[in-house]
Amino acid sequence: MENTINTGYILELKEVSVSYTPGKYAVDKVNARIAPNTVTAIMGPSGCGKSTLLHAINRLHELYPGISTTGEILLKGENIFRMNPMKVRRLAGMVFQRPNPFPTMSISGNVLAGYKLNNISLNKKEKGLIVERSLRSVNLWDEVKDVLNKKGTFLSGGQQQRLCIARALALKPELLLMDEPTSALDPISTSRIEDLILELKKEYTIIIVTHNMSQAARISDNAMFMYLGKLVEYGTTRQMFTKPENKRTEDYLTGSFG
Amino acid sequence: MKKTKLSAPRYRLMKSRIFFYLVCTFSLLTMIPLFLIIGELIRKGYKQFNFDLFTKVAPTSMEAMLARISGDAIPGGILNGLAGTLLILAVAIVLAIPLGIATGVYLAEKKEKPLARLVRNLSDLLQGIPSIVIGVIVYIWVVKPMAGYSALAGSTALAIMMLPMVIRSTEESLKMLPDSLKEAGLALGGSYSAVVLRILLPSSFSGLFTGALLAISRVMGETAPLLVTVLGAATVNWDITQPTTAVSLLIWEFYNDPNLASLIWSSSLLLLLIVLCINLLAKSIAKKWKIQ
Repeated sequence: MENTINTGYILELKEVSVSYTPGKYAVDKVNARIAPNTVTAIMGPSGCGKSTLLHAINRLHELYPGISTTGEILLKGENIFRMNPMKVRRLAGMVFQRPNPFPTMSISGNVLAGYKLNNISLNKKEKGLIVERSLRSVNLWDEVKDVLNKKGTFLSGGQQQRLCIARALALKPELLLMDEPTSALDPISTSRIEDLILELKKEYTIIIVTHNMSQAARISDNAMFMYLGKLVEYGTTRQMFTKPENKRTEDYLTGSFG
Repeated sequence: MKKTKLSAPRYRLMKSRIFFYLVCTFSLLTMIPLFLIIGELIRKGYKQFNFDLFTKVAPTSMEAMLARISGDAIPGGILNGLAGTLLILAVAIVLAIPLGIATGVYLAEKKEKPLARLVRNLSDLLQGIPSIVIGVIVYIWVVKPMAGYSALAGSTALAIMMLPMVIRSTEESLKMLPDSLKEAGLALGGSYSAVVLRILLPSSFSGLFTGALLAISRVMGETAPLLVTVLGAATVNWDITQPTTAVSLLIWEFYNDPNLASLIWSSSLLLLLIVLCINLLAKSIAKKWKIQ
Protein backbone atom coordinates (compact mmCIF):
# COMPACT_ATOMS: atom_id res chain seq x y z
CA MET A 1 0.00 0.00 0.00
CA GLU A 2 2.77 2.46 -0.85
CA ASN A 3 0.21 4.64 -2.56
CA THR A 4 -1.54 5.66 0.59
CA ILE A 5 1.51 7.04 2.39
CA ASN A 6 0.84 10.64 3.26
CA THR A 7 3.72 12.68 1.93
CA GLY A 8 2.43 16.06 2.97
CA TYR A 9 1.62 16.93 -0.60
CA ILE A 10 -2.01 17.01 -1.60
CA LEU A 11 -1.36 16.23 -5.23
CA GLU A 12 1.50 14.43 -6.92
CA LEU A 13 1.88 14.04 -10.65
CA LYS A 14 4.25 11.28 -11.74
CA GLU A 15 5.18 10.98 -15.40
CA VAL A 16 1.72 12.10 -16.43
CA SER A 17 1.16 11.98 -20.19
CA VAL A 18 -2.02 12.59 -22.13
CA SER A 19 -2.45 11.85 -25.82
CA TYR A 20 -5.37 12.65 -28.08
CA THR A 21 -3.98 10.58 -30.94
CA PRO A 22 -1.59 7.67 -30.32
CA GLY A 23 2.02 8.81 -30.27
CA LYS A 24 1.22 12.52 -30.06
CA TYR A 25 1.37 13.84 -26.54
CA ALA A 26 -0.57 16.91 -25.50
CA VAL A 27 0.93 16.51 -22.05
CA ASP A 28 4.32 14.85 -21.96
CA LYS A 29 5.69 13.20 -18.82
CA VAL A 30 4.85 15.87 -16.31
CA ASN A 31 6.16 15.50 -12.76
CA ALA A 32 5.06 17.87 -10.05
CA ARG A 33 4.04 17.97 -6.39
CA ILE A 34 1.60 20.43 -4.97
CA ALA A 35 1.42 21.40 -1.30
CA PRO A 36 -1.90 22.01 0.44
CA ASN A 37 -3.35 25.52 0.82
CA THR A 38 -1.41 26.94 -2.07
CA VAL A 39 -2.40 28.49 -5.36
CA THR A 40 -0.56 27.03 -8.31
CA ALA A 41 -0.81 28.74 -11.66
CA ILE A 42 -0.29 26.82 -14.87
CA MET A 43 0.91 29.13 -17.62
CA GLY A 44 1.95 28.72 -21.19
CA PRO A 45 1.03 29.60 -24.76
CA SER A 46 -2.17 28.31 -26.38
CA GLY A 47 -2.16 24.61 -27.05
CA CYS A 48 0.67 23.84 -24.65
CA GLY A 49 -1.42 21.35 -22.68
CA LYS A 50 -2.38 23.43 -19.64
CA SER A 51 -6.09 22.69 -19.75
CA THR A 52 -5.44 19.12 -20.79
CA LEU A 53 -3.31 18.57 -17.70
CA LEU A 54 -5.95 20.17 -15.49
CA HIS A 55 -8.71 17.98 -16.94
CA ALA A 56 -6.56 14.90 -16.36
CA ILE A 57 -6.58 15.61 -12.63
CA ASN A 58 -10.30 15.02 -12.29
CA ARG A 59 -10.49 12.41 -15.04
CA LEU A 60 -12.78 14.43 -17.27
CA HIS A 61 -10.91 13.11 -20.31
CA GLU A 62 -12.68 9.83 -19.89
CA LEU A 63 -15.73 11.47 -21.40
CA TYR A 64 -14.11 11.51 -24.78
CA PRO A 65 -13.05 8.32 -26.50
CA GLY A 66 -9.54 8.10 -27.85
CA ILE A 67 -7.84 10.16 -25.16
CA SER A 68 -5.39 8.16 -23.13
CA THR A 69 -3.78 9.21 -19.90
CA THR A 70 -0.75 7.43 -18.49
CA GLY A 71 1.39 7.92 -15.41
CA GLU A 72 0.23 8.33 -11.84
CA ILE A 73 -1.74 11.08 -10.20
CA LEU A 74 -1.88 10.81 -6.43
CA LEU A 75 -4.57 12.77 -4.63
CA LYS A 76 -3.76 12.76 -0.91
CA GLY A 77 -1.50 9.80 -1.62
CA GLU A 78 -4.14 7.76 -3.41
CA ASN A 79 -3.84 6.96 -7.09
CA ILE A 80 -6.87 8.55 -8.75
CA PHE A 81 -6.90 5.99 -11.54
CA ARG A 82 -7.70 3.32 -8.97
CA MET A 83 -10.47 5.38 -7.43
CA ASN A 84 -14.05 5.67 -8.61
CA PRO A 85 -14.02 8.59 -11.10
CA MET A 86 -17.11 10.03 -9.42
CA LYS A 87 -15.24 10.18 -6.11
CA VAL A 88 -12.22 11.79 -7.77
CA ARG A 89 -14.45 14.48 -9.24
CA ARG A 90 -16.08 15.15 -5.90
CA LEU A 91 -12.66 15.62 -4.30
CA ALA A 92 -11.33 17.77 -7.12
CA GLY A 93 -13.93 20.42 -7.93
CA MET A 94 -13.76 22.17 -11.25
CA VAL A 95 -14.54 25.68 -12.43
CA PHE A 96 -14.74 26.20 -16.17
CA GLN A 97 -13.72 28.94 -18.57
CA ARG A 98 -17.24 30.19 -19.11
CA PRO A 99 -19.73 30.35 -16.28
CA ASN A 100 -22.06 27.38 -16.77
CA PRO A 101 -24.78 27.33 -14.13
CA PHE A 102 -27.43 24.69 -14.80
CA PRO A 103 -30.13 26.61 -16.68
CA THR A 104 -33.10 24.76 -15.23
CA MET A 105 -32.03 25.15 -11.62
CA SER A 106 -32.47 28.02 -9.22
CA ILE A 107 -29.54 29.67 -7.48
CA SER A 108 -29.86 27.42 -4.45
CA GLY A 109 -30.56 24.46 -6.74
CA ASN A 110 -27.27 25.11 -8.50
CA VAL A 111 -25.36 25.18 -5.21
CA LEU A 112 -26.95 21.89 -4.19
CA ALA A 113 -26.58 20.31 -7.64
CA GLY A 114 -23.61 18.22 -6.56
CA TYR A 115 -25.63 16.61 -3.78
CA LYS A 116 -28.57 16.01 -6.10
CA LEU A 117 -26.36 14.45 -8.76
CA ASN A 118 -24.77 12.19 -6.17
CA ASN A 119 -28.15 11.16 -4.76
CA ILE A 120 -27.29 12.51 -1.34
CA SER A 121 -30.54 13.49 0.34
CA LEU A 122 -30.51 16.46 2.68
CA ASN A 123 -33.17 17.89 4.92
CA LYS A 124 -34.32 21.45 4.59
CA LYS A 125 -32.06 22.73 7.35
CA GLU A 126 -28.94 21.10 5.93
CA LYS A 127 -29.77 22.48 2.51
CA GLY A 128 -30.14 25.98 3.89
CA LEU A 129 -26.84 25.73 5.74
CA ILE A 130 -24.93 24.44 2.73
CA VAL A 131 -26.39 27.08 0.43
CA GLU A 132 -25.58 29.89 2.84
CA ARG A 133 -22.10 28.63 3.70
CA SER A 134 -21.17 28.08 0.04
CA LEU A 135 -22.56 31.38 -1.19
CA ARG A 136 -20.91 33.24 1.70
CA SER A 137 -17.57 31.68 0.89
CA VAL A 138 -17.73 33.16 -2.62
CA ASN A 139 -19.07 36.52 -1.32
CA LEU A 140 -22.30 36.08 -3.25
CA TRP A 141 -24.67 35.59 -0.30
CA ASP A 142 -25.50 39.26 0.28
CA GLU A 143 -26.21 39.80 -3.40
CA VAL A 144 -28.54 36.84 -3.90
CA LYS A 145 -29.98 35.93 -0.49
CA ASP A 146 -33.40 37.34 -1.45
CA VAL A 147 -33.55 35.70 -4.86
CA LEU A 148 -32.37 32.19 -4.06
CA ASN A 149 -35.26 30.70 -6.00
CA LYS A 150 -34.54 32.63 -9.16
CA LYS A 151 -32.79 30.89 -12.01
CA GLY A 152 -29.00 31.02 -11.81
CA THR A 153 -28.82 32.23 -15.38
CA PHE A 154 -30.41 35.58 -14.40
CA LEU A 155 -27.20 36.63 -12.65
CA SER A 156 -24.46 38.65 -14.29
CA GLY A 157 -21.47 36.81 -15.77
CA GLY A 158 -19.25 37.50 -12.77
CA GLN A 159 -21.96 36.43 -10.33
CA GLN A 160 -22.61 33.30 -12.38
CA GLN A 161 -18.95 32.38 -12.19
CA ARG A 162 -18.96 32.86 -8.41
CA LEU A 163 -22.09 30.72 -8.28
CA CYS A 164 -20.22 28.03 -10.19
CA ILE A 165 -17.36 28.25 -7.68
CA ALA A 166 -19.91 27.95 -4.86
CA ARG A 167 -21.38 24.91 -6.59
CA ALA A 168 -17.95 23.27 -6.64
CA LEU A 169 -17.21 24.26 -3.02
CA ALA A 170 -20.55 22.97 -1.74
CA LEU A 171 -19.19 19.44 -1.94
CA LYS A 172 -16.19 20.40 0.24
CA PRO A 173 -13.54 19.30 -2.25
CA GLU A 174 -9.87 18.91 -1.37
CA LEU A 175 -8.76 20.59 -4.53
CA LEU A 176 -10.24 23.32 -6.70
CA LEU A 177 -9.28 23.19 -10.37
CA MET A 178 -9.90 26.38 -12.29
CA ASP A 179 -9.64 26.53 -16.05
CA GLU A 180 -9.12 30.19 -16.99
CA PRO A 181 -12.03 31.15 -14.74
CA THR A 182 -11.84 34.86 -15.54
CA SER A 183 -11.24 34.79 -19.28
CA ALA A 184 -14.90 35.49 -20.06
CA LEU A 185 -15.32 38.18 -17.39
CA ASP A 186 -14.91 41.95 -17.20
CA PRO A 187 -12.04 43.48 -15.16
CA ILE A 188 -14.14 44.19 -12.05
CA SER A 189 -15.57 40.67 -11.90
CA THR A 190 -12.08 39.36 -12.56
CA SER A 191 -10.60 41.21 -9.61
CA ARG A 192 -13.40 39.95 -7.34
CA ILE A 193 -12.65 36.38 -8.38
CA GLU A 194 -8.95 36.94 -7.80
CA ASP A 195 -9.61 38.29 -4.30
CA LEU A 196 -11.82 35.29 -3.72
CA ILE A 197 -9.09 32.87 -4.77
CA LEU A 198 -6.74 34.41 -2.21
CA GLU A 199 -9.39 33.95 0.50
CA LEU A 200 -10.23 30.41 -0.53
CA LYS A 201 -6.58 29.44 -0.26
CA LYS A 202 -7.01 29.28 3.50
CA GLU A 203 -9.29 26.28 3.17
CA TYR A 204 -8.62 24.80 -0.23
CA THR A 205 -5.79 24.01 -2.57
CA ILE A 206 -6.19 25.72 -5.89
CA ILE A 207 -4.73 25.00 -9.29
CA ILE A 208 -5.53 27.64 -11.85
CA VAL A 209 -4.84 27.64 -15.57
CA THR A 210 -4.34 31.15 -16.80
CA HIS A 211 -3.35 32.99 -19.93
CA ASN A 212 -2.89 36.13 -17.99
CA MET A 213 0.64 36.40 -16.61
CA SER A 214 -0.07 39.34 -14.36
CA GLN A 215 -2.94 37.35 -12.87
CA ALA A 216 -0.56 34.50 -12.15
CA ALA A 217 1.84 36.96 -10.56
CA ARG A 218 -0.91 38.48 -8.42
CA ILE A 219 -2.50 35.38 -7.01
CA SER A 220 -0.26 32.34 -7.23
CA ASP A 221 2.32 30.99 -4.80
CA ASN A 222 3.80 28.57 -7.27
CA ALA A 223 3.80 28.55 -11.02
CA MET A 224 4.25 25.99 -13.75
CA PHE A 225 5.34 26.97 -17.20
CA MET A 226 4.36 24.53 -19.92
CA TYR A 227 5.44 24.48 -23.51
CA LEU A 228 4.52 21.90 -26.18
CA GLY A 229 3.17 19.54 -23.58
CA LYS A 230 6.27 19.57 -21.41
CA LEU A 231 6.57 21.12 -17.99
CA VAL A 232 9.45 23.46 -18.68
CA GLU A 233 9.73 25.06 -15.28
CA TYR A 234 8.01 24.71 -11.94
CA GLY A 235 8.85 26.79 -8.91
CA THR A 236 7.70 29.63 -6.75
CA THR A 237 5.99 32.40 -8.65
CA ARG A 238 8.37 34.98 -7.25
CA GLN A 239 11.39 33.11 -8.50
CA MET A 240 9.87 32.43 -11.90
CA PHE A 241 9.01 36.05 -12.47
CA THR A 242 12.32 37.42 -11.19
CA LYS A 243 14.93 34.81 -12.03
CA PRO A 244 13.51 32.18 -14.38
CA GLU A 245 15.83 29.23 -14.76
CA ASN A 246 14.85 28.35 -18.26
CA LYS A 247 15.42 30.55 -21.27
CA ARG A 248 12.02 29.68 -22.74
CA THR A 249 10.22 30.73 -19.58
CA GLU A 250 12.04 34.03 -19.65
CA ASP A 251 11.17 34.56 -23.29
CA TYR A 252 7.52 33.83 -22.61
CA LEU A 253 7.34 36.03 -19.56
CA THR A 254 9.02 38.93 -21.33
CA GLY A 255 6.67 38.56 -24.27
CA SER A 256 9.20 37.33 -26.83
CA PHE A 257 6.81 34.54 -27.84
CA GLY A 258 3.50 33.03 -26.93
CA MET B 1 -21.09 56.41 -69.72
CA LYS B 2 -22.41 58.69 -67.04
CA LYS B 3 -25.95 57.62 -67.76
CA THR B 4 -25.27 53.94 -67.24
CA LYS B 5 -23.57 54.67 -63.96
CA LEU B 6 -26.64 56.48 -62.73
CA SER B 7 -29.19 54.01 -63.99
CA ALA B 8 -27.44 50.90 -62.84
CA PRO B 9 -28.30 51.26 -59.13
CA ARG B 10 -31.85 52.19 -59.97
CA TYR B 11 -32.19 49.13 -62.15
CA ARG B 12 -30.77 46.94 -59.42
CA LEU B 13 -33.07 48.46 -56.85
CA MET B 14 -36.02 47.79 -59.11
CA LYS B 15 -34.91 44.22 -59.63
CA SER B 16 -34.63 43.62 -55.91
CA ARG B 17 -38.03 45.20 -55.35
CA ILE B 18 -39.65 43.01 -58.01
CA PHE B 19 -37.99 39.98 -56.46
CA PHE B 20 -39.30 40.96 -53.04
CA TYR B 21 -42.87 41.33 -54.26
CA LEU B 22 -42.63 38.06 -56.13
CA VAL B 23 -41.52 36.24 -52.97
CA CYS B 24 -44.34 37.88 -50.99
CA THR B 25 -46.92 36.94 -53.61
CA PHE B 26 -45.85 33.33 -53.69
CA SER B 27 -45.82 32.98 -49.94
CA LEU B 28 -49.31 34.45 -49.82
CA LEU B 29 -50.35 32.00 -52.54
CA THR B 30 -49.28 29.07 -50.37
CA MET B 31 -51.57 30.37 -47.63
CA ILE B 32 -54.62 30.36 -49.91
CA PRO B 33 -55.38 26.62 -49.70
CA LEU B 34 -55.25 26.75 -45.90
CA PHE B 35 -57.70 29.64 -45.72
CA LEU B 36 -59.95 28.07 -48.35
CA ILE B 37 -60.05 24.84 -46.35
CA ILE B 38 -60.79 26.60 -43.09
CA GLY B 39 -63.42 28.79 -44.79
CA GLU B 40 -65.12 25.83 -46.43
CA LEU B 41 -65.16 23.85 -43.18
CA ILE B 42 -66.66 26.75 -41.27
CA ARG B 43 -69.22 27.48 -43.99
CA LYS B 44 -70.42 23.89 -44.20
CA GLY B 45 -69.78 22.80 -40.65
CA TYR B 46 -71.01 25.61 -38.42
CA LYS B 47 -74.61 24.33 -38.47
CA GLN B 48 -73.60 21.03 -36.93
CA PHE B 49 -70.89 22.55 -34.74
CA ASN B 50 -72.85 22.50 -31.51
CA PHE B 51 -72.76 21.18 -28.00
CA ASP B 52 -74.03 17.77 -29.13
CA LEU B 53 -70.87 17.30 -31.14
CA PHE B 54 -68.97 16.86 -27.86
CA THR B 55 -71.58 15.09 -25.80
CA LYS B 56 -73.33 12.59 -28.06
CA VAL B 57 -72.12 9.59 -29.97
CA ALA B 58 -72.39 9.39 -33.75
CA PRO B 59 -75.95 8.81 -34.99
CA THR B 60 -76.95 5.77 -36.96
CA SER B 61 -77.73 6.10 -40.61
CA MET B 62 -81.42 5.66 -39.86
CA GLU B 63 -81.56 8.46 -37.27
CA ALA B 64 -79.76 10.76 -39.64
CA MET B 65 -82.09 9.89 -42.49
CA LEU B 66 -85.18 10.64 -40.42
CA ALA B 67 -83.74 13.99 -39.39
CA ARG B 68 -82.89 14.79 -42.98
CA ILE B 69 -86.38 14.00 -44.19
CA SER B 70 -87.96 16.20 -41.56
CA GLY B 71 -85.43 18.94 -42.30
CA ASP B 72 -83.90 19.00 -38.79
CA ALA B 73 -80.22 19.16 -37.96
CA ILE B 74 -78.70 15.71 -37.76
CA PRO B 75 -78.79 14.51 -34.15
CA GLY B 76 -75.75 13.21 -32.29
CA GLY B 77 -72.08 14.11 -32.29
CA ILE B 78 -68.70 12.46 -32.29
CA LEU B 79 -68.16 11.74 -28.60
CA ASN B 80 -67.19 8.14 -29.35
CA GLY B 81 -64.60 9.43 -31.85
CA LEU B 82 -63.17 12.00 -29.43
CA ALA B 83 -62.92 9.43 -26.66
CA GLY B 84 -61.29 6.93 -29.02
CA THR B 85 -58.78 9.46 -30.35
CA LEU B 86 -57.90 10.41 -26.79
CA LEU B 87 -57.46 6.76 -25.74
CA ILE B 88 -55.46 5.76 -28.81
CA LEU B 89 -53.22 8.83 -28.57
CA ALA B 90 -52.66 8.42 -24.83
CA VAL B 91 -51.45 4.86 -25.24
CA ALA B 92 -49.41 5.82 -28.31
CA ILE B 93 -47.71 8.55 -26.26
CA VAL B 94 -46.87 6.10 -23.49
CA LEU B 95 -45.40 3.71 -26.05
CA ALA B 96 -43.53 6.17 -28.27
CA ILE B 97 -42.23 8.95 -26.08
CA PRO B 98 -40.00 7.09 -23.59
CA LEU B 99 -38.61 4.91 -26.37
CA GLY B 100 -38.11 7.89 -28.68
CA ILE B 101 -36.42 9.99 -26.01
CA ALA B 102 -34.11 7.13 -25.02
CA THR B 103 -33.12 6.61 -28.64
CA GLY B 104 -32.66 10.34 -29.12
CA VAL B 105 -30.35 10.50 -26.08
CA TYR B 106 -28.29 7.64 -27.49
CA LEU B 107 -28.01 9.31 -30.90
CA ALA B 108 -27.02 12.65 -29.38
CA GLU B 109 -24.42 11.08 -27.09
CA LYS B 110 -22.83 8.59 -29.48
CA LYS B 111 -23.07 10.67 -32.64
CA GLU B 112 -20.48 8.85 -34.70
CA LYS B 113 -20.79 5.25 -33.54
CA PRO B 114 -21.73 2.94 -36.45
CA LEU B 115 -24.79 1.75 -34.55
CA ALA B 116 -25.92 5.33 -33.97
CA ARG B 117 -25.59 6.11 -37.67
CA LEU B 118 -27.56 3.01 -38.53
CA VAL B 119 -30.32 3.87 -36.07
CA ARG B 120 -30.45 7.45 -37.34
CA ASN B 121 -30.79 6.34 -40.94
CA LEU B 122 -33.36 3.69 -40.12
CA SER B 123 -35.40 6.19 -38.16
CA ASP B 124 -35.38 8.51 -41.19
CA LEU B 125 -36.50 5.58 -43.32
CA LEU B 126 -39.28 4.79 -40.88
CA GLN B 127 -40.61 8.28 -41.37
CA GLY B 128 -40.97 7.56 -45.07
CA ILE B 129 -42.99 4.37 -44.72
CA PRO B 130 -46.59 4.91 -45.89
CA SER B 131 -48.98 4.91 -42.98
CA ILE B 132 -51.20 2.22 -44.49
CA VAL B 133 -48.20 -0.11 -44.68
CA ILE B 134 -47.55 0.47 -40.98
CA GLY B 135 -51.24 -0.22 -40.36
CA VAL B 136 -51.15 -3.52 -42.23
CA ILE B 137 -47.97 -4.62 -40.46
CA VAL B 138 -49.52 -3.83 -37.08
CA TYR B 139 -52.57 -5.79 -38.17
CA ILE B 140 -50.29 -8.81 -38.53
CA TRP B 141 -48.33 -8.09 -35.34
CA VAL B 142 -51.12 -7.12 -32.97
CA VAL B 143 -54.61 -7.61 -34.37
CA LYS B 144 -54.07 -11.22 -35.49
CA PRO B 145 -52.37 -12.52 -32.32
CA MET B 146 -54.97 -10.76 -30.16
CA ALA B 147 -57.70 -12.19 -32.37
CA GLY B 148 -59.46 -8.89 -32.70
CA TYR B 149 -59.25 -5.22 -33.53
CA SER B 150 -58.30 -3.02 -30.61
CA ALA B 151 -57.35 0.48 -29.54
CA LEU B 152 -53.96 -0.96 -28.56
CA ALA B 153 -53.30 -1.99 -32.16
CA GLY B 154 -54.13 1.53 -33.33
CA SER B 155 -51.88 3.00 -30.65
CA THR B 156 -49.03 0.75 -31.76
CA ALA B 157 -49.39 1.94 -35.36
CA LEU B 158 -49.49 5.60 -34.34
CA ALA B 159 -46.59 5.10 -31.91
CA ILE B 160 -44.45 3.71 -34.74
CA MET B 161 -45.31 6.78 -36.79
CA MET B 162 -44.46 9.12 -33.91
CA LEU B 163 -41.13 7.51 -33.10
CA PRO B 164 -38.96 9.10 -35.82
CA MET B 165 -40.24 12.55 -34.94
CA VAL B 166 -39.65 12.13 -31.22
CA ILE B 167 -36.18 10.65 -31.83
CA ARG B 168 -35.14 13.48 -34.12
CA SER B 169 -36.45 16.28 -31.93
CA THR B 170 -34.80 14.77 -28.85
CA GLU B 171 -31.49 14.36 -30.65
CA GLU B 172 -31.58 17.88 -32.08
CA SER B 173 -32.52 19.59 -28.84
CA LEU B 174 -29.85 17.70 -26.87
CA LYS B 175 -27.23 18.56 -29.46
CA MET B 176 -28.00 22.24 -29.00
CA LEU B 177 -26.89 22.11 -25.35
CA PRO B 178 -23.28 23.17 -24.77
CA ASP B 179 -20.84 20.40 -23.79
CA SER B 180 -19.94 22.46 -20.76
CA LEU B 181 -23.23 21.52 -19.08
CA LYS B 182 -22.42 17.84 -19.25
CA GLU B 183 -18.85 18.46 -18.13
CA ALA B 184 -20.02 20.59 -15.23
CA GLY B 185 -22.41 17.84 -14.12
CA LEU B 186 -19.78 15.13 -14.31
CA ALA B 187 -17.19 17.36 -12.65
CA LEU B 188 -19.49 17.50 -9.62
CA GLY B 189 -19.20 13.75 -9.35
CA GLY B 190 -22.53 12.99 -10.93
CA SER B 191 -22.97 9.62 -12.57
CA TYR B 192 -23.65 9.60 -16.28
CA SER B 193 -27.30 8.67 -15.80
CA ALA B 194 -27.81 11.38 -13.19
CA VAL B 195 -26.29 13.98 -15.51
CA VAL B 196 -28.52 12.91 -18.40
CA LEU B 197 -31.69 12.67 -16.33
CA ARG B 198 -31.22 15.64 -14.03
CA ILE B 199 -29.37 18.13 -16.19
CA LEU B 200 -29.42 17.39 -19.91
CA LEU B 201 -33.03 16.29 -20.36
CA PRO B 202 -34.53 19.02 -18.15
CA SER B 203 -32.40 21.62 -19.94
CA SER B 204 -33.79 20.57 -23.30
CA PHE B 205 -37.31 20.08 -22.00
CA SER B 206 -38.92 22.71 -24.20
CA GLY B 207 -37.45 21.06 -27.29
CA LEU B 208 -38.59 17.62 -26.18
CA PHE B 209 -42.07 18.83 -25.34
CA THR B 210 -42.46 20.70 -28.61
CA GLY B 211 -41.28 17.68 -30.56
CA ALA B 212 -43.73 15.42 -28.75
CA LEU B 213 -46.63 17.82 -29.35
CA LEU B 214 -45.83 18.12 -33.04
CA ALA B 215 -45.62 14.34 -33.33
CA ILE B 216 -49.01 14.05 -31.64
CA SER B 217 -50.64 16.60 -33.91
CA ARG B 218 -49.08 14.87 -36.90
CA VAL B 219 -50.63 11.46 -36.15
CA MET B 220 -53.87 12.78 -34.74
CA GLY B 221 -55.63 12.89 -38.07
CA GLU B 222 -54.21 9.61 -39.36
CA THR B 223 -56.95 7.43 -40.81
CA ALA B 224 -55.40 4.72 -42.94
CA PRO B 225 -53.49 2.86 -40.19
CA LEU B 226 -56.54 3.04 -37.90
CA LEU B 227 -58.86 1.56 -40.54
CA VAL B 228 -57.03 -1.74 -40.36
CA THR B 229 -56.30 -1.75 -36.61
CA VAL B 230 -59.11 -0.31 -34.49
CA LEU B 231 -62.09 -1.09 -36.78
CA GLY B 232 -64.53 1.44 -35.34
CA ALA B 233 -67.16 1.50 -32.60
CA ALA B 234 -70.61 2.95 -32.21
CA THR B 235 -70.22 3.65 -28.50
CA VAL B 236 -67.66 5.22 -26.22
CA ASN B 237 -64.96 2.70 -25.38
CA TRP B 238 -62.20 3.03 -22.78
CA ASP B 239 -60.89 -0.54 -23.03
CA ILE B 240 -57.65 -0.76 -24.98
CA THR B 241 -58.31 -4.37 -25.95
CA GLN B 242 -61.62 -3.54 -27.64
CA PRO B 243 -62.40 -2.08 -31.06
CA THR B 244 -62.55 1.69 -30.89
CA THR B 245 -63.21 4.54 -33.21
CA ALA B 246 -61.48 7.86 -33.72
CA VAL B 247 -62.48 11.25 -35.08
CA SER B 248 -60.68 10.61 -38.34
CA LEU B 249 -62.33 7.20 -38.68
CA LEU B 250 -65.76 8.72 -38.10
CA ILE B 251 -65.10 11.24 -40.84
CA TRP B 252 -64.32 8.32 -43.13
CA GLU B 253 -67.58 6.63 -42.10
CA PHE B 254 -69.59 9.82 -42.59
CA TYR B 255 -68.07 10.13 -46.03
CA ASN B 256 -69.30 6.64 -46.91
CA ASP B 257 -72.86 7.29 -45.83
CA PRO B 258 -74.86 9.95 -47.73
CA ASN B 259 -77.19 10.36 -44.75
CA LEU B 260 -74.33 11.31 -42.43
CA ALA B 261 -72.39 13.38 -44.95
CA SER B 262 -73.15 16.72 -43.33
CA LEU B 263 -71.38 15.63 -40.14
CA ILE B 264 -68.10 15.43 -42.09
CA TRP B 265 -67.68 19.19 -41.95
CA SER B 266 -68.27 19.81 -38.30
CA SER B 267 -66.04 16.93 -37.24
CA SER B 268 -63.32 17.94 -39.70
CA LEU B 269 -63.52 21.47 -38.38
CA LEU B 270 -63.12 20.22 -34.82
CA LEU B 271 -60.18 17.99 -35.73
CA LEU B 272 -58.50 20.84 -37.55
CA LEU B 273 -59.04 23.19 -34.61
CA ILE B 274 -57.52 20.69 -32.17
CA VAL B 275 -54.50 20.17 -34.39
CA LEU B 276 -54.08 23.92 -34.83
CA CYS B 277 -54.29 24.46 -31.08
CA ILE B 278 -51.65 21.81 -30.40
CA ASN B 279 -49.39 23.40 -32.99
CA LEU B 280 -49.81 26.87 -31.54
CA LEU B 281 -49.22 25.51 -28.05
CA ALA B 282 -46.05 23.79 -29.24
CA LYS B 283 -44.81 27.03 -30.80
CA SER B 284 -45.54 29.13 -27.75
CA ILE B 285 -43.88 26.60 -25.45
CA ALA B 286 -40.81 26.50 -27.66
CA LYS B 287 -40.60 30.27 -27.39
CA LYS B 288 -41.48 30.68 -23.74
CA TRP B 289 -39.43 27.94 -22.14
CA LYS B 290 -36.44 28.38 -24.33
CA ILE B 291 -33.25 28.36 -22.32
CA GLN B 292 -30.56 30.80 -23.30
